Amino acid sequence: MTKNLRLKTGKAIDETYRISFKFNGSTYYGFKGDTLASALLANDIHLIGRSFKYHRPRGIMTAGSEEPNAIVQLHNDSSRTEPNVRATEIEIYEGLEASSQNCWPSVNFDIGGINNLLSPLLPAGFYYKTFMWPASFWEKYEYFIRRSAGLGKSPTKPDPDIYEHKYIHCDVLIIGAGISGIMAAKIAAKNGLKTLLVEEKPNLGGSTIYQNSDHFKINNQNSGSWLEKEINEIKKLKNLEIKTRTSVAAFHGYNFLLARENLTDHLPMNQRNDKTRHKLLKIRAKKVITATGSIERPMIFDNNDRPGILLSSAIKKFADYFGVACGEKNILFTNNDSAYETAISLIQKGINIEAIIDNREEVNSKLIYEVEKNNIKIFKGYTVANTFGYKRINKISIMQLSKDGQKVVGPKIILSCDCLGVSGGWTPAVHLFTQSGGKLKFREDDQVFLPNIYPSDQLSIGACNGDFTLDEILRNTPKSLIKYLKIKNTDYDNLEVSSSTNKSKRNIWLLPSDKILGKTKSFVDYQNDATAKDIKLALREGFRSIEHVKRYTTTGMGTDQGKLGNMHALGIVSETAGAKMGELGTTTFRPPYTPLTFGTIVGRNVGEYFDIFRKTPIHDWHIDHKAEFENVGQWKRAWYYPKENENMHDAVQRESKAAREGAGILDASTLGKIDIQGTDASEFLNRIYTNAWSKLAVGKCRYGLMLNEDGMVYDDGVTTRLDENHYIMTTTTGGAANVMGKLEDYLQTEWPELDVYLTSVTDHFATVSVCGPNSKKIVSQVIPDLDLSDENFPHMSFKNAKIGNINCRVMRISFTGEHSYEINIQANYGKSVWEKCMEAGKDYNITPYGTETMHLLRAEKGFIIVGQDTDATMTPIDLQMDWIVSKKKYDFIGKRSLYRSDTIKENRKQLVGLLTDDPNEVLEEGAQIVADINKSPIEMLGHVTSSYYSPNLKKSIALGVVRGGKNMMGQKLIIPMEKKNINVIVADPVFLDKENKRLNA
Amino acid sequence: MFIINCPYCGEREQSEFKAGGEAHIVRPKQPTELSDDEWAEYLFMRKNIKGIQFERWNHTHGCRKWFNMVRDTSNDEIKAVYKMGEKPPVD
Ligand SMILES: [Zn+2]
Repeated sequence: MTKNLRLKTGKAIDETYRISFKFNGSTYYGFKGDTLASALLANDIHLIGRSFKYHRPRGIMTAGSEEPNAIVQLHNDSSRTEPNVRATEIEIYEGLEASSQNCWPSVNFDIGGINNLLSPLLPAGFYYKTFMWPASFWEKYEYFIRRSAGLGKSPTKPDPDIYEHKYIHCDVLIIGAGISGIMAAKIAAKNGLKTLLVEEKPNLGGSTIYQNSDHFKINNQNSGSWLEKEINEIKKLKNLEIKTRTSVAAFHGYNFLLARENLTDHLPMNQRNDKTRHKLLKIRAKKVITATGSIERPMIFDNNDRPGILLSSAIKKFADYFGVACGEKNILFTNNDSAYETAISLIQKGINIEAIIDNREEVNSKLIYEVEKNNIKIFKGYTVANTFGYKRINKISIMQLSKDGQKVVGPKIILSCDCLGVSGGWTPAVHLFTQSGGKLKFREDDQVFLPNIYPSDQLSIGACNGDFTLDEILRNTPKSLIKYLKIKNTDYDNLEVSSSTNKSKRNIWLLPSDKILGKTKSFVDYQNDATAKDIKLALREGFRSIEHVKRYTTTGMGTDQGKLGNMHALGIVSETAGAKMGELGTTTFRPPYTPLTFGTIVGRNVGEYFDIFRKTPIHDWHIDHKAEFENVGQWKRAWYYPKENENMHDAVQRESKAAREGAGILDASTLGKIDIQGTDASEFLNRIYTNAWSKLAVGKCRYGLMLNEDGMVYDDGVTTRLDENHYIMTTTTGGAANVMGKLEDYLQTEWPELDVYLTSVTDHFATVSVCGPNSKKIVSQVIPDLDLSDENFPHMSFKNAKIGNINCRVMRISFTGEHSYEINIQANYGKSVWEKCMEAGKDYNITPYGTETMHLLRAEKGFIIVGQDTDATMTPIDLQMDWIVSKKKYDFIGKRSLYRSDTIKENRKQLVGLLTDDPNEVLEEGAQIVADINKSPIEMLGHVTSSYYSPNLKKSIALGVVRGGKNMMGQKLIIPMEKKNINVIVADPVFLDKENKRLNA
Repeated sequence: MFIINCPYCGEREQSEFKAGGEAHIVRPKQPTELSDDEWAEYLFMRKNIKGIQFERWNHTHGCRKWFNMVRDTSNDEIKAVYKMGEKPPVD
């Protein structure tokens, strides 16, 4: 039987709208407006999960995104299930199903809880120290650790939800819609600035909106009512866009921010269909105003982690905002005035308070007087020494603090309770500020880090800038905005404010107890189970840098990034090591501020939209003819065209034979094409290619090899001289963009004096390549007016022609070693020219072939593919292509590097042909090549780069790079494979038609 | 994500640009006259400074022009941009 702890008056709750949900299989009820946390607390459920290392029972600690403990697995189905969801952030909806994570078999009986008993054996760095040695044991440990550790379950099926990305540009972005954010939004928008206000919670107004106390008044109204009117006013402002449920995940340089707008997570499942779940907003703001508020600090004492121990401000929010009492016997424990605000709220609502424990001795505060008037016992100068109760706190022991706060003195008093609210003061939420590159300063008075140096055009206001009291916020916010926005005045310049808070605080990072530290469990990082003892141990073991202490103890490394306990970790380090807080620095907060789903990050870029792909103008024909495709860069290229029942090998063998015996046709449109014009075009080509270009006649084509300045082969292709000062260069498919960039670089930066203009025309032309003994007959039918005689149109030459009245360029060039023509035509005619060729070739067995056959045919001829037979370590000499390196030219890119001491070495890896002893044995590309299998260690000489079964030669052929291979002709080498060693002989890389008879036929 | 003020186009997102390494390294006019060490100095040796650095950038997805940038690598502040061939700003 569970109790009902719902009160009548919750600001955010709609009691007419009841919602059922499931937690760990049982059904519960809450109201519209509830978070999972508030709904569970209303049902008197505190125990939510188990801690990561010791599997200690843990409950709800906070009411916001800083929650370390109450993290749940949401949804049951394998496509939507989501781990690490904070119960304090998820709004309940009809049909919500949540379960505890990090416990097995159940949250009430958890086997890992035994770690709690073993905890003296599990100090900081335990995993590093123990499980890493001996290394071979890791496999055994891992099984148990992973099974009991459990960080929740990830979905196993694709995410069915829709995510989007959106760019937003604005004059002013305001992060956080608490009181200072609301004021900033009104001021900015009313001054004509295009303003965006984002708030992570569903409602505006922060903690002030549920403030209903005579102690906090603005212009004689309760601060909550005053703010409500302001909110209603700003909603009417035209210049202002307001986004709720929108949390800023990252604040990058130059005011570029990422925010997640949550659109459907609060809706019942049946209302989410076809709606975008999250939007990732990419915001570029001229100015950013951070008003992210502050996070209440817990306090560090023995057993400070039991279910039922919450932040004092969270208890207040659950009562005021959600209408939920966190317990029936509440005790508050504080070192400042905040807990008394909570007490006054609870008194107003008739919730019982047993006692208040205050570290401070005597404080002159109106809030305290009011609480005392209600006959609530206040223990001044006391601390909580220990707490009791396994799955829920049931009592505490308190003791008096010594004058210096280092010890406890006097007798122990036991108080029973079912809820303990803790307030250790406030930590400004400077996470986003530091993400942006901001530098912090330390304020000794109340031991907080504050924004100091802004790295971009931005401002922090309100509690995140250290203004914690209402009067400070209302006084300072308008002032700093007048200065920041360069305006004359604001609506808020003459507010009357009354605020009862006394700012005094007695800060003790690690509270003393009557036990020695080694016997205590005072948690600093709740999610990762790092204790004060662990931090001290790290210091004893010699760690000094806070970044090292963090990694060694795992403090601050959970999904909450230690939003609660990081300050205490710093405090304990500084006290123990005798260093000043301000000099110690802080650990780095990294994006995202709260976790993002992968769906949000990738947006619409999933499935076929994962990357851009490019199609040739002939693509549809390939699809119609059942081509398989391969990705080459961003291009989809026809790979092979299987006929019925053919596998890839069969298809490629058929295509390869047909291309040499009848005719083959290839879509070569993807090759990069660069139009080069200008009076210095020839000189330019001389400088960028290894061979000479000045003497190339108009109408002729030449193959060129391009090097990097380091002498290594970069790209290759055929360039044609169209006119005196006009060339068209082809590049490899994958290299086109880079070659273009490289050429532009040299032209603009090294040789600006050259009169040369480059234009990428890859997409402008479709290229149809027809090869084989029948190619001439076919092309002559497609372009009847063209003289294809060998005298007038020899190999490596070019002609302008017309198909109908459409201009085209025809090159007689070949990558297969066959007599072959390339027809280049305006892209939109590509498919019709291709079809004309197919029609003309019908009687000649014209066979479309894809990239695989192209690779096979060129390998028969020993033509290299840059990027397959080369990597960035092959010179033309290594490729046995000395013939293409001009000896006469004074300079070209990479020339000087060809005779560096390393590039002239004899035993560099060099390209050779490889023939297997068994002609049917086809080598694996990438396989290693060795000479002596018995030597230990075996010396690797190189690897196979290209390998095929050649149907034309009826044997296996391969290319490979071998150390010193140039001088190994005829020598036996070995390819050691998993099951056998394959014998090969080093051969000439040109396997077919070395005399080029077929080319010129 | 910087905003870069291309000297030809004006302010654009960093994603339109590509960085091209250290600026003001001139390709030797007579490489063949250089020793291996001198050539290696040109080819490989680059500065990587924490602080003010002179760099080349290319507006790849815009005007395709190369230009120079003075950037403080410690905070990514862009101090100046100027065209190729122009002298670097003194302060
Ligand atoms: Zn530009």
